[in-house]
Amino acid sequence: MSNDISLSKAPAGAAAAEPAGETLLEVSGLTKYFPVMGGFPFKRQVGSVQAVDGIDLAVRAGESFGLVGESGCGKSTTGRLITRLMEPTAGTISYRGQDISHADRKALAPIRSEIQMIFQDPYSSLNPRQTVGTIIGGPMEINGINPPGGREKRVRELLETVGLNPEHYNRFPHEFSGGQRQRIGVARALALEPKLIVADEPVSALDVSIQAQVVNLLQQVQRELGIAFLFIAHDLAIVRHFSQRVAVMYLGKIVEVGDRDSIYQRPRHPYTHALLSAVPEVELEGEERERERIRLAGDVPSPINPPSGCRFRTRCWKAQDKCAAEEPPLIHLGGPDEGHLTACHFPEEPTIAARGEDIVLDPALAAIEDVAERPE
Amino acid sequence: MTTLTKPVEDAAPAASGAFLSVRDLYVRFSTEDGIVKAVDGLSFDLERGKTLGIVGESGSGKSVTNLTVLGLHNPRTTEVAGEIVLDGQELTGASNRTLEKLRGDKMAMIFQDSLTALSPYYTVGRQIAEPYVKHRGVSKREGRARAIEMLEKVGIPQPKLRVDDYPHQFSGGMRQRAMIAMALVCNPDLLIADEPTTALDVTVQAQILDLLKDLQQEFGSAIILITHDLGVVSNIADDLLVMYAGKAVERGSVRQLINEPQHPYTWGLLGSMPRLMSDVTEQLTPIPGAPPSLLAPPPGCSFHTRCGFTDLVGGGRCSAERPVLPEGRGSACHLTDEQKRSVFIETIQPRLG
Repeated sequence: MSNDISLSKAPAGAAAAEPAGETLLEVSGLTKYFPVMGGFPFKRQVGSVQAVDGIDLAVRAGESFGLVGESGCGKSTTGRLITRLMEPTAGTISYRGQDISHADRKALAPIRSEIQMIFQDPYSSLNPRQTVGTIIGGPMEINGINPPGGREKRVRELLETVGLNPEHYNRFPHEFSGGQRQRIGVARALALEPKLIVADEPVSALDVSIQAQVVNLLQQVQRELGIAFLFIAHDLAIVRHFSQRVAVMYLGKIVEVGDRDSIYQRPRHPYTHALLSAVPEVELEGEERERERIRLAGDVPSPINPPSGCRFRTRCWKAQDKCAAEEPPLIHLGGPDEGHLTACHFPEEPTIAARGEDIVLDPALAAIEDVAERPE
Repeated sequence: MTTLTKPVEDAAPAASGAFLSVRDLYVRFSTEDGIVKAVDGLSFDLERGKTLGIVGESGSGKSVTNLTVLGLHNPRTTEVAGEIVLDGQELTGASNRTLEKLRGDKMAMIFQDSLTALSPYYTVGRQIAEPYVKHRGVSKREGRARAIEMLEKVGIPQPKLRVDDYPHQFSGGMRQRAMIAMALVCNPDLLIADEPTTALDVTVQAQILDLLKDLQQEFGSAIILITHDLGVVSNIADDLLVMYAGKAVERGSVRQLINEPQHPYTWGLLGSMPRLMSDVTEQLTPIPGAPPSLLAPPPGCSFHTRCGFTDLVGGGRCSAERPVLPEGRGSACHLTDEQKRSVFIETIQPRLG
């Protein structure tokens, strides 16, 4: 499998999408609550999982927008809402000016072909009973698209585009390795020449060396075909590598959004600081830069009963009464990047350099480290 | 075809300082498809109080090695050859009784998936106390007190109450802490942590890794940390062993391995990984192809099918002759030391930027 995949056979027209910068997808106040049922003998709703709670974001044509956060923060739900695999509880999703938040099957049909999805698990997202040809050709068949030269020819082209052998047309998914299966998933997403691809943790199930192959492939697809990406992942380094703009989510809310450099070099939200400082990083010779060290206590709280006000306040070292009473708005706090918004009452300094004293909130760590530091 | 240039004389007696010494370990499983050579001639040493990181992709044999050290492999389908010496005691041929006495006491393991590694049927406290009661012969009450003490040490809030909880009542991070408590309850000399943080979120992962590091200082255990993430080991380990297709391909201290890696596979791993500080305009340099099947590993150097530097060696040596991993710092590769250095400095290092 070569890394220099030729995209010359890709369809013309896809590359000539609208000029980059125009807003393709706009989401405002997007909310999804899942009901929690309980009670006996008659089940009724006793609460709700507030998976996504009022998020705003915009993806421009041709750009890659990264959505990063820990498990349970609602990033995958957001992806599924945008592809309308789920119905939002509230809020609007508009695709090129058209409101699709509650559109029905019929109204969605033409839009579904423009928004495609790549799933996390390359094992469960391919039908084991279909050949690769059927899997990749399926979307074209459903949408009644007959490319010149026939569907089979187009599928073979797509296989070549994603770095697979076109002769594997008649093989079944189990004959491929994880990385190759993910390439099949990418080919299927490309089949309809989409304008936007929602990639939900596309590489996290793969081995490190294979991850890089798929990341490079996606990057090539994004650049050369001008497809916009909503790239959902928990790995901060991969999101930074892939996305021009990044949003950080925590418990169903976007806590900070901005340009890549702005978020990674000048974060303002304490949670972004904590996330960045927690990434285990290989430091090469000569760049042993002192990074700040922040160790939070405990895990993410349950989204069934999220904290009032700012949701991060229960794990935040700067939390005050105001944080519990008032939810911080997502606003611009100064700095060169106009689009850098932060939702925090008491933002941090815009730097990731080490501070005078580490922030260690974990009781066990703090206890051990206190003993170690105390003079005999 | 394959010349095993590492004959038996290499199985020298363990270095005197080593607390755990593995020599020429071979592990083979018989399956319906044939014999899987999961570990193929592996040797390493570990000193007391040190941390050894074992890095490799799935199927590289890193987990199997450590299950074999603990004697947790299935003896009916597994063939083990070689030497595993723990503190002067030979473990390869040891009886189940001997191993049972050691497991949980002198050596303990932290598993990757805490939900399946803990029994849903017993309380967390009881599971933590069990090895302590068994190995130290103390009463159940003393065991419970010890469990509370351990829970407090690993940072579970309200340990007196939580000791009676069942695993499902704990969050993922807390379960992993409970597993650490269980592993450390008898003060083991050897702790094997198999991907202890892979299933956890980044912020929790950082807490758990720091906790392991701090507890090691307190308990003085030797740790083997198995992971696929070079970032994780580079912050916690003293020495690293890189494994590929059942063999160790490179060995050295963390600094040496990160700053002057010698094996093309290690270069590939470093180039595949985006870092928070790397240049975003620089493309990743993945390793082409996929790891080989262990049913029929390629002859010679098992990495030669994916290696971009076989031409530098020439003469088809890479596909015919298996390279030797020298003792101490070194790599199992036919490139000369001079070539390794110049290739790394000229072509690999600039890309890591």
